[in-house]
Amino acid sequence: MSFEGVDFYDVDSLLSEEERMVRDTIRQWVEDRVMPIIGEAYIQRRFPKELIPEMGELGMLGANLPEEYGCAELNNVAYGLINQELERGDSGIRSFASVQGSLVMYPIFAFGSEEHRREWLPRLAAGEAVGCFGLTEPDYGSNPAGMITTARKVDGGWVLNGTKMWITNGSMADVAVVWAQTGEQGDAKSIRGFVVPTDTPGFTATDQKGKLSLLASDTSELHMEDVELPDSALMPNTTSGLKHPLLCLTQARYGIAWGAVGSAMACFDEARSYAKERVMFGEPIGAKQIQQVRLANMMTHITQAQLMVLQLGRLKDKGTMTPFQVSMAKRANVSMATDVAREARRLLGGNGILVEYHSMRHMANLESVYTYEGTDDIHALILGQTITGFSAF
Amino acid sequence: MNITVCLKRTPDTETRIQVAGDGVSIDSAGVKKYIVSPYDEMAVEAALRTREALGSGEVTVLSFGDDAVVEQLRAGLAMGADAGILLRGEVTMDGLATAKVLAAELEGRDDALVLLGVKAADDDQQQVGPMVATLLGRPCVTAVSSFQLEGDKAVCLREVEGGMEKVEVPLPAILTITKGTFDPRFASLKGIMAAKRKPLEQKEAQGAESKLTVRGMALPPARPEGRIVGEGADAVPELVRLLREEAKVL
Repeated sequence: MSFEGVDFYDVDSLLSEEERMVRDTIRQWVEDRVMPIIGEAYIQRRFPKELIPEMGELGMLGANLPEEYGCAELNNVAYGLINQELERGDSGIRSFASVQGSLVMYPIFAFGSEEHRREWLPRLAAGEAVGCFGLTEPDYGSNPAGMITTARKVDGGWVLNGTKMWITNGSMADVAVVWAQTGEQGDAKSIRGFVVPTDTPGFTATDQKGKLSLLASDTSELHMEDVELPDSALMPNTTSGLKHPLLCLTQARYGIAWGAVGSAMACFDEARSYAKERVMFGEPIGAKQIQQVRLANMMTHITQAQLMVLQLGRLKDKGTMTPFQVSMAKRANVSMATDVAREARRLLGGNGILVEYHSMRHMANLESVYTYEGTDDIHALILGQTITGFSAF
Repeated sequence: MNITVCLKRTPDTETRIQVAGDGVSIDSAGVKKYIVSPYDEMAVEAALRTREALGSGEVTVLSFGDDAVVEQLRAGLAMGADAGILLRGEVTMDGLATAKVLAAELEGRDDALVLLGVKAADDDQQQVGPMVATLLGRPCVTAVSSFQLEGDKAVCLREVEGGMEKVEVPLPAILTITKGTFDPRFASLKGIMAAKRKPLEQKEAQGAESKLTVRGMALPPARPEGRIVGEGADAVPELVRLLREEAKVL
């Protein structure tokens, strides 16, 4: 049986016909294109670049941006469902799409010049160009305001210097959206965004070695040494510091909250079918109480998570979604998915450590997802601040 | 040059079919998902590729059934068809009744080609295509795995036992499509969004009287358990013999 997802609460009935069609199309695409190769790509520590053209052709990249720029102009629920299905395949595949869509295409669309949009969005949407997003630095992860990458104004342009770390798509990118401070270090209000073609002299990317998670993903460091850019490289609408990159992160975190549901569904689906088939002590292990409790917990938590993101998506489509609601969903759903993946891996017993099963791959990936785009702890503190009015970070 | 593709809504081929309490129909409650019958989906692909190669013409998807069939017509539109028509009525097991309904609609159209899947994934009868052709008095080629248009002719490759056959027919013609070159494309997300803006006409089907009565349906008997014929290299000759003589797969 192919992957069925989880729909214990008839969530399908809350989706429009188009939303279901989008979900089913991406689900089938993942089944046909991702599932046969992902295990091998993971072992080879390689992002399967060969998937990019078709992802573009089908419209998965920047799918909620306007048709005018070559995008599919889907609503945010459909966009979320794409993330769910891609991450059902692998968090690395979803990360690629999230970065391309939410962290590169979104800022170019929202903060870039018309020239930036025309130059990059159609190519990024078609998968003919790849983008990356440079905010995080070696010493400034949860605290991006302290970044030391600088953009110095010179006659006729800007000069960028600095290093960015944990950059998804970094080594294969054609364009980078780079955030740099234009004033003194610590002056978060001086942070501006730049559209940087990666073939600009002085710009280099190196693959980040030694990962034990997100192996089917390009994670890189960006180095900028006297990267000279014309004035037109500055995204004109990035006028108030850190707010703009944080708006991008809100977009990406929204997709992650959906993606986590997909990885959890993948693990549950695998655990469920394994529990029915694997015979131990003369009967399927699914007949044992302990595995039934595991499966019941998984399905319950997945159902809660999918209802949460669906309502979040409806709020986003209505234009009333807040970043704090996104923090809650990113934190709750990724945390849920890490638990589901671990429980699924345990249910699978010894076989669960093999790459031919998917749960351990998801389990390892999700530790990155738990940490990136605002750690679980930071999102808790954001919620704490929302509740009490006191900032604890 | 216009092409119409007739498509059928069928249960997903992975469905575990259950016979309903009446013993003569499928329990629809057990069907989680309906799809465009896979051979019909190949026919849609064939039509789209033909239109793309010609650079002109319209592809219409046509179906017969209840309101739910709109979902499958939209799937055809999302793949790239230009328009859809639903002939509303009750689909039965009688292929002739279905063929009459479709032919009544096709008669008034100017299609150079009418494409159908070689058979429906659910009832497997392989009747409708040739019957439509007969009712319309047009030539029919069945089990076409690929074809090309040469002027006012269609040159078709057919699968025959142990080989291929090349057949030529004048247009307008009816082709039934089978596996081969027409792997269906994925609907693009833009295509899905565009589908709801494309014309989809709905009207009552004409002349769907069934003369066929289903007397019973039954699931196949449970498969016998597997056998272990031995272990290691010593078991190979026996295994080969059984595969050849009993299973007849070698």
